[in-house]
Amino acid sequence: MAMNPEHDAPAGHDEARRTFLKQSSLLTALAFVPAPVVDAAAANLDEKVAGAIEKVPLKLEVNGKKYKLAVEPRTTLLDLLREELNLTGTKKGCDYGQCGACTVHVDGQRVNSCLSFAVMHDGRKVTTIEGLADGDKLHPMQEAFVKHDGFQCGYCTPGQIMSAVACVREGHAGSDAEIREYMSGNICRCGAYSNIVAAIQEVKNGGQKV
Amino acid sequence: MNQFQYVRPSKAQAAIEAVAKDANATFIAGGTNLVDLMKRGIATPQKLVDINRLPLTKIERENNGLRIGALALNSAVADDKQVREKQPLLALALNAGASAQLRNMATVGGNMLQRTRCAYFYDLTMPCNKREPGTGCGALEGINRMHAIFGFSDKCIAVHPSDMSVALVALDATVLVTGPKGERRIPFADFHRLPGDTPEKDTNLERGELITAVDVPDGPFTKHVHYQKVRERASYAFALLSVAAALDIENNTIKAARLAMGGVAHKPWRLTAAEQSLVGKPATEETFRQAAAVAMQGAKAFKHNAYKLKLAPNTIIQALKTAAAA
Ligand SMILES: Cc1cc2nc3c(=O)[nH]c(=O)nc-3n(C[C@H](O)[C@H](O)[C@H](O)COP(=O)(O)OP(=O)(O)OC[C@H]3O[C@@H](n4cnc5c(N)ncnc54)[C@H](O)[C@@H]3O)c2cc1C
Ligand code: SF4
Ligand code: FES
Ligand code: FES
Repeated sequence: MAMNPEHDAPAGHDEARRTFLKQSSLLTALAFVPAPVVDAAAANLDEKVAGAIEKVPLKLEVNGKKYKLAVEPRTTLLDLLREELNLTGTKKGCDYGQCGACTVHVDGQRVNSCLSFAVMHDGRKVTTIEGLADGDKLHPMQEAFVKHDGFQCGYCTPGQIMSAVACVREGHAGSDAEIREYMSGNICRCGAYSNIVAAIQEVKNGGQKV
Repeated sequence: MNQFQYVRPSKAQAAIEAVAKDANATFIAGGTNLVDLMKRGIATPQKLVDINRLPLTKIERENNGLRIGALALNSAVADDKQVREKQPLLALALNAGASAQLRNMATVGGNMLQRTRCAYFYDLTMPCNKREPGTGCGALEGINRMHAIFGFSDKCIAVHPSDMSVALVALDATVLVTGPKGERRIPFADFHRLPGDTPEKDTNLERGELITAVDVPDGPFTKHVHYQKVRERASYAFALLSVAAALDIENNTIKAARLAMGGVAHKPWRLTAAEQSLVGKPATEETFRQAAAVAMQGAKAFKHNAYKLKLAPNTIIQALKTAAAA
């Protein structure tokens, strides 16, 4: 469903899957009695109504790439990233704001991407775990997680790292207790918490640009 | 999730009209509660009116107080210098709620309007008068550990889950709303309602009314404040119950007091009689104990929440002690 990225389509987005997605949304569309439809794609959404079955235009910058998309309003930011832009580094844990696995940055602020609709972020800049490294050079927080064994199964890790970077940038990494409090939105079922705190402390005290 | 229409007005008037004239339309702010409810099929709006582009995020001085925009983020309010100086209790309550990520999305208006966390409200297979009026209350004879001890009715015994609102009711805040019929100011204590016969209505807000701001008047409660939240794990969980306490103390005598509880009623529960009992007394544990006894008058428990009858007064005493020592 991702349409017209201004750059290349994300790697690995295979054609068959794209066709399937198109067909499946067409089927839902046919099964649905359309509400009064006004042409939303034609203009901005300021005071116009997008028909329920219509896709809404969405401009988004993700990891430095600009996209011009058309999405169903009910697509969450998380599903857009994973299923349409193929950025599967961001994980879906609970899908209800309870685990933090889906944490990304929107305009530099950490948020749970599962609890908002993608269209609400029109014009914003999104950073996911894929956008954190500088080319081949890992972000200092990624290096610190590796060094301190900040993960076991790794499922929560992208969310932990995105949250950890924000935690340091916000100035909420003053002590172990403060780090634990401000990282409490990221659940780790493997219980790697103390190593995560150690990794954050190292980055915070290391003085590198985070 | 059901499909819906999506609009993003740039003017408040357009947003208000869009919701006022369509019974199936609703505002969306941070989305942290509404998206959750939509995913579960509990909220099924046909049209979402995204208010995030309205200019309602400011926190500014206004008439001897702070005016906090309805779209100010919970994190922005908690970190705001003026809020921390003038209303530290509000910052404490905000930081006790949800997680850092959620507070970066949640707005002041949305926080007030978040819906109950009653498990039966969330379970579409169970009766619930709040979700579907007339079907009965699953919690009344069910598992009611989390439920109310004050102000409930036989139609609904749910509690309001907001931490922020407990501080705002204690601080005598006022809610500013604009609707199809114009503007009005609602004292915070009258904003949320008791369930009575219409538990489907959480608040006195009318269809199409948009919260634009909350006014918090300056007061003497800049030092001796505390927000005590009791939850089942250390953080990131809704309160079993919570207490907001604010004291103005001079020469160990209490000159003024504010006290409110969360997790005990269908609305944030202001404890006015207990406040009055504190005034003029020394700031001692004995005084706090008496106030807690006053606060608990009229409390009544159900099968699984009798623990709250003990936990509540103990938490009040603890909160007042911590506030006095702050
Ligand atoms: C996992 C989890 C844990 C949480 N823990 C806590 C906690 O411990 N303590 C706590 O207090 N909260 C907690 N919350 C709830 C959270 O605080 C609320 O979801 C949030 O404050 C809602 O704000 P929002 O802007 O996202 O609202 P939305 O979800 O956008 O909206 C909520 C409702 O308010 C209406 N609305 C929003 N803004 C306005 C306005 N300006 N005028 C009129 N109507 C409006 C919407 O129509 C909708 O009905 C938690 C949430 C989650 C998901
Ligand atoms: S307590 Fe209220 S919200 Fe819970 S089941 Fe009963 S009516 Fe529904
Ligand atoms: S997937 Fe978003 S918080 Fe769990
Ligand atoms: S490393 Fe397995 S969930 Fe955190």
